[in-house]
Amino acid sequence: MARLVAFLSAQRGRARADWTDWVSYAYLLLGLLLMFGPVLWLVLSSFKSPAALNEFPPQLLPYGQKTVIVAGHEKPLPLFSATLPDGTTRELAEVRRIGIQATLVDPAAPEEEYKVNIRDRKPVRHFELATSNYTEIFGKFSFGTYLWNSVFITVIATLITLLFNAMAAFALSKYRFGGRDAVFVLIISTLMIPPTIILVPNFLVVSELGLLNSLWGVIWPAVATPTGVFLLRQYMLTIPDELLDAARMDHASEWRIFWRIVLPLSAPALAVLAIFSVMWRWNDFLWPLIVLSRSEKFTLQLALNAFQGELTTEWHYLLAMTVITLLPVTLVFAFLQRHITTGIASAGVK
Amino acid sequence: MSRDRHPLLALPAALGRAVLDVLDAPMRAVQRLVGVPRIAWIFVGPNLAILGLFTFLPIVINFYFAFTGGVALYPSQRPFTGLENLETLFECESYLDPSTCRKDLFWRAIFNTGKFAVLQVGLMVAFALITALVLNRKILGRGFFRGVFFYPVLLSPVVVALIWKWVLQREGVLNALLAGAGASPVGWLSEAPTAFFWCVFVSIWAHMGFYTLILLAGLQAIPPDLYEAAEMDSASPWRRFSRITLPLLMPNLIVVLVLGLIRAVQIFDEVFVLTGGGPGSATTFIVQFIYQTGFAESIHQYGLAAAASLVLALSLLALTLVQLRLTKKGLAGGSGRDHG
Repeated sequence: MARLVAFLSAQRGRARADWTDWVSYAYLLLGLLLMFGPVLWLVLSSFKSPAALNEFPPQLLPYGQKTVIVAGHEKPLPLFSATLPDGTTRELAEVRRIGIQATLVDPAAPEEEYKVNIRDRKPVRHFELATSNYTEIFGKFSFGTYLWNSVFITVIATLITLLFNAMAAFALSKYRFGGRDAVFVLIISTLMIPPTIILVPNFLVVSELGLLNSLWGVIWPAVATPTGVFLLRQYMLTIPDELLDAARMDHASEWRIFWRIVLPLSAPALAVLAIFSVMWRWNDFLWPLIVLSRSEKFTLQLALNAFQGELTTEWHYLLAMTVITLLPVTLVFAFLQRHITTGIASAGVK
Repeated sequence: MSRDRHPLLALPAALGRAVLDVLDAPMRAVQRLVGVPRIAWIFVGPNLAILGLFTFLPIVINFYFAFTGGVALYPSQRPFTGLENLETLFECESYLDPSTCRKDLFWRAIFNTGKFAVLQVGLMVAFALITALVLNRKILGRGFFRGVFFYPVLLSPVVVALIWKWVLQREGVLNALLAGAGASPVGWLSEAPTAFFWCVFVSIWAHMGFYTLILLAGLQAIPPDLYEAAEMDSASPWRRFSRITLPLLMPNLIVVLVLGLIRAVQIFDEVFVLTGGGPGSATTFIVQFIYQTGFAESIHQYGLAAAASLVLALSLLALTLVQLRLTKKGLAGGSGRDHG
């Protein structure tokens, strides 16, 4: 126990490469495997053909069967490594198969046919990405519509969130008006009211506004984030009031002051909120599930959920869709990780 | 404004100027009308209106729903039934045995949620603490590994569930590894105990990075000279941990514990996609009960769903009060809202 603690409580800045360091690295490598492994497996699997996905045990990398074009046959023929009755093994193309007997030809000399038991031939395979999984989902499932719905909700809701939250934060940080503190407490108190406890009445409100099965029914309830108001207000408090007073001397309107001075100066905080908002809206599930019931209004998350629930799940398409859905978030992560992690560490929001 | 602008910023800048020009005149008129401090209400108005319409108004309506019956959505068409919904939910011969309750699914969901919250939060905070302590050491690739543990936090619950469903399915990679080791394949998600375990595991996998970050920030805020002083007194590592690290990290640990509980009680998305609440009702949690009762079943029992929401709200309120009481940092300590 004491040794475990010794290892866990060791401090940064001390150079000693003892066994505790090795345990640390082992832990981190295990973490790497556990955190990235399943995602990597998903991505690799999404490039496999349906036949390869059905294999058990599965191959690590996507392999496809080699095919050859043989004179006299329209379509490319699958290539097999066949053991002939005389004991030799040759690479042959399969022309047809009846029962357990396969008819194979030599691609170089297609005239002569060999009849072989299917147990005596093995497919010749090479590394091949089944990109058709990706290209076909757009034609087959109106995947483009779901993608568009998700992008529309994410972009529009984020823009409105930035505008409304910045306006509120500006009012709460730069003016002294009666009821200001009450308004601030009121807005921040909604941090403690998770949307899961007001699903039914919110459904009524959205339905009375005629927003059921409308993307706006997802956007409007989500834009007034207390997190955003809090984040932006804290940032705007650091902008000196003298800047605003100087602009007022020049007869700038309050709106102009907000738009030309405070908003540009708050760019770092706005960027953090924009990243958060994009992730929130892109990943939303329960509320869209309730508001959007018609399939042409589905977001990517809803479409994924609907497909995975179908009786005969076509995994090769589902995997490709999942990869496309996790792509934007992964790109955000790859390029903006530092902003996100510092934002979370400082504000304690997610 | 003669600064050189990045060409990519030219379009937003032009749009921004356009918005300013369009709105400047009316806003100036409003400003003349109401005066300067009070124009703040115009700025805070849209945000407040949205919150009122989609948060405060629904809280009030939820009470009305909880005390009315019938299947109509519009409030005036709903007959007042008093405590009937709550009585239906709480009608049990023995509260310890869900099968004796009239709404046995509700009680199973409550038991499942309690069990889930305790297991998930306990294990998650333990692993988050270990991970934060390891990441706080002087190691190579610290930023990289911090990112590794944080990455799943950003993934959507649906994607998280599908990633693991693909790993756990009967002919999935986990069973393949087992087969390689000579064991027979297991239906991970079709047996109640293993399905519950994987719900806990997957939800820890998806959220641990967030709590690791908070704990890491807490660890880094501990002044290093405390450890140096302890070193001089040749305090044992265990004493250093129990007398310095643990007490100074306690505020962060409490935040993480309560925040984790508040979110664990609301578990829905990833479990719903992973198991659909099954097998049977083994992984049905309270939010799924609300969703099913109010929206998914053929008869929409809004009143019952709203009453169950009240029960959930009360438990969350209790947790929030505990948080406010323990942290005193109050609202800045973090939020129970997952998405905004």
